Amino acid sequence: MRIKIKNARVSPNSEARDVYVNNGLIEGFNLDGTFDLEIDASNFLLSPALIDPHAHLREPGQEVKEDLQSGLSAAVAGGFGTVVCMPNTKPVIDDPEILRSLIAKAEKLGLARLLPSAALTRGQEGKLLADAAALKAAGAVMLTDDGRTNEDAGVLRRGLEYAHALGLVVSVHAEDASLRGDGVMNEGEVSERLGLPGNPAAAEAARIARDLEICAVTGARLHIQHLSTARGLQLVRDAKTRGVNVTCEVGPHHLTLTDSKLETFDALYKVAPPLRLQSDCDALLAGLVDGTVDCIGTDHAPHTKAEKEQDLLEAPFGIANIELAFPLLYTHFVATGKLSLEKLLELMTTGGAKVLGIGEPKLEAGMPADLVLLDLNTKKIVDPASFKTKANFGSPWAGQELTGWAAKTIVRGQVVFDASSS
Amino acid sequence: MKHLLDFQDWDRTSLEGMLETTQIMAEVLDRPVKKVPALQGFTVCTAFFENSTRTRLSFELAARRMSADVLTFTASTSSTTKGESLKDTLETLEQMKIDLFVIRHSASGAAHLASRWTDARIINAGDGRRAHPTQALLDAYTLKQHFGKLEGLEIAIVGDVKHSRVARSNADLLVKLGAKVRLCGPATLLPKELEQPGVRVTTNLQEALEGANAVMALRLQLERMSTGYIPSLPEYQQTYQVNFKNLKHAAPDAIIMHPGPMNRDVELEGNLADSSRSVILKQVENGLPVRMAVLYHLLVGKK
Repeated sequence: MRIKIKNARVSPNSEARDVYVNNGLIEGFNLDGTFDLEIDASNFLLSPALIDPHAHLREPGQEVKEDLQSGLSAAVAGGFGTVVCMPNTKPVIDDPEILRSLIAKAEKLGLARLLPSAALTRGQEGKLLADAAALKAAGAVMLTDDGRTNEDAGVLRRGLEYAHALGLVVSVHAEDASLRGDGVMNEGEVSERLGLPGNPAAAEAARIARDLEICAVTGARLHIQHLSTARGLQLVRDAKTRGVNVTCEVGPHHLTLTDSKLETFDALYKVAPPLRLQSDCDALLAGLVDGTVDCIGTDHAPHTKAEKEQDLLEAPFGIANIELAFPLLYTHFVATGKLSLEKLLELMTTGGAKVLGIGEPKLEAGMPADLVLLDLNTKKIVDPASFKTKANFGSPWAGQELTGWAAKTIVRGQVVFDASSS
Repeated sequence: MKHLLDFQDWDRTSLEGMLETTQIMAEVLDRPVKKVPALQGFTVCTAFFENSTRTRLSFELAARRMSADVLTFTASTSSTTKGESLKDTLETLEQMKIDLFVIRHSASGAAHLASRWTDARIINAGDGRRAHPTQALLDAYTLKQHFGKLEGLEIAIVGDVKHSRVARSNADLLVKLGAKVRLCGPATLLPKELEQPGVRVTTNLQEALEGANAVMALRLQLERMSTGYIPSLPEYQQTYQVNFKNLKHAAPDAIIMHPGPMNRDVELEGNLADSSRSVILKQVENGLPVRMAVLYHLLVGKK
């Protein structure tokens, strides 16, 4: 199938070009000849499709929350062409067979590309290393015990060394479990007033400090997931200055929501690490601007309505956000002049690719035709009922008016999402 | 007001009105026939997802004294142990045409969630560490009864403040009614974030008791030792027990309070609890008219 994308601009002020897509690749620009489909991109911005290095798609075993069909549909609706799924499934993704079957299923679905991460340790128990070479051969792009924290520093050290020799990055959910305790929200004025168990910023900072030392001593590639605190970010910034081989990500919720939301007692706002203070949001934004933060990771973490309608002690951690990530960050930060569009796109495309060590997406002839047309003008109210994710019963941002919605998402040269027909 | 979840949305006038109604209810309870028809035709359900027989009985008797029909739901004998959620339970109970739920739950915020899930009125009978408004009201009533006023009183609340809904609710209510509160306990059990206008936070017991008109000791859960909040019982008794010896720092006519149930000779010296300084039994007695007043206010409105 040959597609002509007419009048495509890669930035609001750049010259419009016609982009031709053929056989799954970008064929070239301003070409001639027939085509099967013409897309008028005059009102949109063309970008390589977004890359999410961190999403929970819940398959296998927790399909009641999400499955590849719903999760990858949500991803393409959010403009993502590539998604890294997390291995804290049931069973845990620590077996090459599970990886192969997931990838095969995703290929069949033909939505966003699935790049699974696999467990660093067997069963994510933090004790015995999983068969990393076999997992890599089966398609794993990252090793992580995400969902759990790596309490045994010695195991993490050996895991990092082993993975590094294979060319795999290890990512960590950096929270000290004993400092976090039974915390269900940020520890501070709000948690003490509400009488809810708090999780202090120090739990994140202390664990990041430890892991940076391990990273430095091994020279291995460490990726720190979902930074939530100013202090954690500063530790990463200092380590990068020293040349430590570390990268980090930030999620949309940690940039746009604070712990005051918990005053509603609504478990939609219960997430790990927890929502922090406005000063943390501001520091994370500064980290996006100055390059300390390498990429946006959504940490899309869907749960069922019944699970999220429990009280704050019982409800599980996680926010479903993959459909809103770009519109949220565009509306809150680019449209307000706090972050450049170019930087946001870098954080959501090449940033993730660099972390994963996969080919960086480029709008050049011969590159895979994984593209998104972003509508930077149309305003739309967030309506969870329209979500593709199974977690379509509510959202922390329900009712907010956002711009920057994906108009069309193209993966492997096929239109996999079209806002005008969905 | 439709619900009593905490005191956030209650102003001083309506709270003082509640204490006045309590006075009227107390007079009713002094009559030979202690029952009035005020809530005839209303159905009150006590839904206790956390065990508390005394509080539940107090609410149920309060409702019966005003001729309401009373249903009792306790989690240990019910479907929640079979995995039914709070929401499902309330929605099921509501089909029995409940006018008001009295809810006790181990999670902070549970009563707030309940108020979103049902059309019935809600009284929070204790949610996690957050609030226990009828306990605070009965404490305020007891103080007012004793001193004739709340304005200007200095109240020391001593013990495991961190885990105490009684401390949080009293700090809210007493300050709203013109009193001042000192919160005191070991640093690990005393969130400094609770400091606000009218509320002082100190780890020094003598400082907390200095000139206080009333001293409220909080129950110390014995698990606080095993979970590492405090080193040992003897050390706690030595440092934070309210007793005759340190009561000399308080005002000469200071009274002793305790929300119960008490660990005798742990947070409070037993002989002091039994002495003429103690109003602990008065607190229990006042629980009934306070709960009658709250039920009446929410179901019928101001008299």
